[in-house]
Amino acid sequence: MLENKAEQQPLFKVIKPGLLTTIQDLGRTGFQKYGVVVSGAMDPFALQTANLLVGNRRDEACLEITMMGPELVVLSEATIAICGADLSPMINGKAAPMWKSIQLKKDDYVTFGAPQSGVRTYLSVSGGFDSPVVMGSKSTYQKAGIGKHVEKKDTIFGYAVNGKAGVGLMHTEIPRYRKEVELRVVKGPHMERFTKEGIDNFFNNVHLVSPQADRMGYRLKSKAIAHKNGADIWSDAIPFGGVQVPVNGQPIILMADRQTTGGYTRIATVISVDLSKVAQLVPGGKICFREVDVEEAQKLYREREQFLLQIKYFCRGDSSVKGKNGYSKRRVD
Amino acid sequence: MQNIIFQPLGDTGIRVQFCEQVSSRLNKKIRSFCLLLKKERIKGIVEWVPAYDSVSVYYLPDQLTYHAICEELSTLSSYASRDKVEQRNRIFIPTLYGGEAGSDLDHVAVSNQLTKEEVIENHSGTDYLIYMMGFLPGFPYMGGLSKSICTPRLESPRLHVPAGSVGIAGEQTVIYSLQSPGGANIIGRTPVTLFDSSQENPFLFQAGDKIRFVSITEEEYEAIEQAVKNGSYKVRKEVFHDETKKH
Repeated sequence: MLENKAEQQPLFKVIKPGLLTTIQDLGRTGFQKYGVVVSGAMDPFALQTANLLVGNRRDEACLEITMMGPELVVLSEATIAICGADLSPMINGKAAPMWKSIQLKKDDYVTFGAPQSGVRTYLSVSGGFDSPVVMGSKSTYQKAGIGKHVEKKDTIFGYAVNGKAGVGLMHTEIPRYRKEVELRVVKGPHMERFTKEGIDNFFNNVHLVSPQADRMGYRLKSKAIAHKNGADIWSDAIPFGGVQVPVNGQPIILMADRQTTGGYTRIATVISVDLSKVAQLVPGGKICFREVDVEEAQKLYREREQFLLQIKYFCRGDSSVKGKNGYSKRRVD
Repeated sequence: MQNIIFQPLGDTGIRVQFCEQVSSRLNKKIRSFCLLLKKERIKGIVEWVPAYDSVSVYYLPDQLTYHAICEELSTLSSYASRDKVEQRNRIFIPTLYGGEAGSDLDHVAVSNQLTKEEVIENHSGTDYLIYMMGFLPGFPYMGGLSKSICTPRLESPRLHVPAGSVGIAGEQTVIYSLQSPGGANIIGRTPVTLFDSSQENPFLFQAGDKIRFVSITEEEYEAIEQAVKNGSYKVRKEVFHDETKKH
């Protein structure tokens, strides 16, 4: 928690930007009715955890780092955490722990190596990054001129306050990102537009993640999901995780940078707690879809909220419990 | 209000489907429903997105269950009425037709067996109702294009359509609020800014407004463009009288 707000100061000098490094928080909500894309973290769970471990509000902005991470020189002392994909983070050439807060000194060198698992990782800093708040959010949406991607020679500013180092998740609580995932979905609003065979193909086949998988959406290669009579609908709102099926029968999972509205049938929506699995899936990854009802999906959502709340109270609370065992006193289901 | 269906959009959204033909009448009903959402400030609702024949509401499932939001929205819908909507504007959009700014004007004219002047007269001679916003920030989905100038989308969309481009895409007329890829036949361009995230109100339009295109000359275009740049241009707007208000 930020009792005394620090002055804005330079945190990192960018030596190499990495493949795609952007500032993201939980997204720009409230303006979808005007067509403003939500953006925000692709993996909201990893972002929130990274924030809580350094004592931030969980919706604070982090660096979202994609596959090939950046090289950063530390300009001022800061407490950080790295959560999400294992992109082999290193500090001064030595492997850095993940899912745990770390203390950085001035002139430390933060780099990333070969991606081990997952796609996107989140680097939080105690006190938060300084980035213009546009329509209530720091999230980058470069297409509309809101923020910009991190580039070589940039200086990244923040409000570093001293946090606690060594606060982390228990080993068993750390998500494992796989290349073959089962995604739980709630049936979509346009089910009656698909043939029975099309619906069977959706639920009973393995779908392959194509190379066209980015912040906007994941195009899948599937056994065609056929429509009864075309794929066009009266345009309507597209949720995070909505699975759109255009006329070619190949589904697209719509992600953080999706358009707010679209004119193609949607067969399903990936439930919130499974969005991380999508965000961390590489091209060539495999997906099976399994239907759950909305009540089950909401129960899982509430359990996830409970979990995040526990982390929050833990990080705010007893400072003597910090250390390598992290949350050892907490019950884990 | 009857004839609505609720559908979940995963665990954090609900789609309210209005079982009625898309029309300006239904649009008023949808606006009335959204006005109630705005007034009632139901705890747990994050935002909502009106569309042609639906409203999607996003919410927090730890504060509202699916069952609870269905009940809330069902009650709300029974109070929605076409008469209770906010006043909206007719917004005049100065547009330079043809030439470099509208390179597909010839094509639209030829494929509809009209002269370019007839296309311009037709396109600028009527109001277009904004049914909804989406696709890009500040991008209006408009209805009301005359059948006589409808033109199929380009077979292969352009990679870069400049911001402000006015076009015809099938049975719809469009204005691109930002530079973007697009498949519309571009017939003109407006110097007016439709979306500016640095402004207190970043959006020129909202659902329910009407748009009227006004044909301008190149000199006028440049003058307006200059005025927009130095912040002195004010888009002409007027409150419009609603024909359907009788009942």
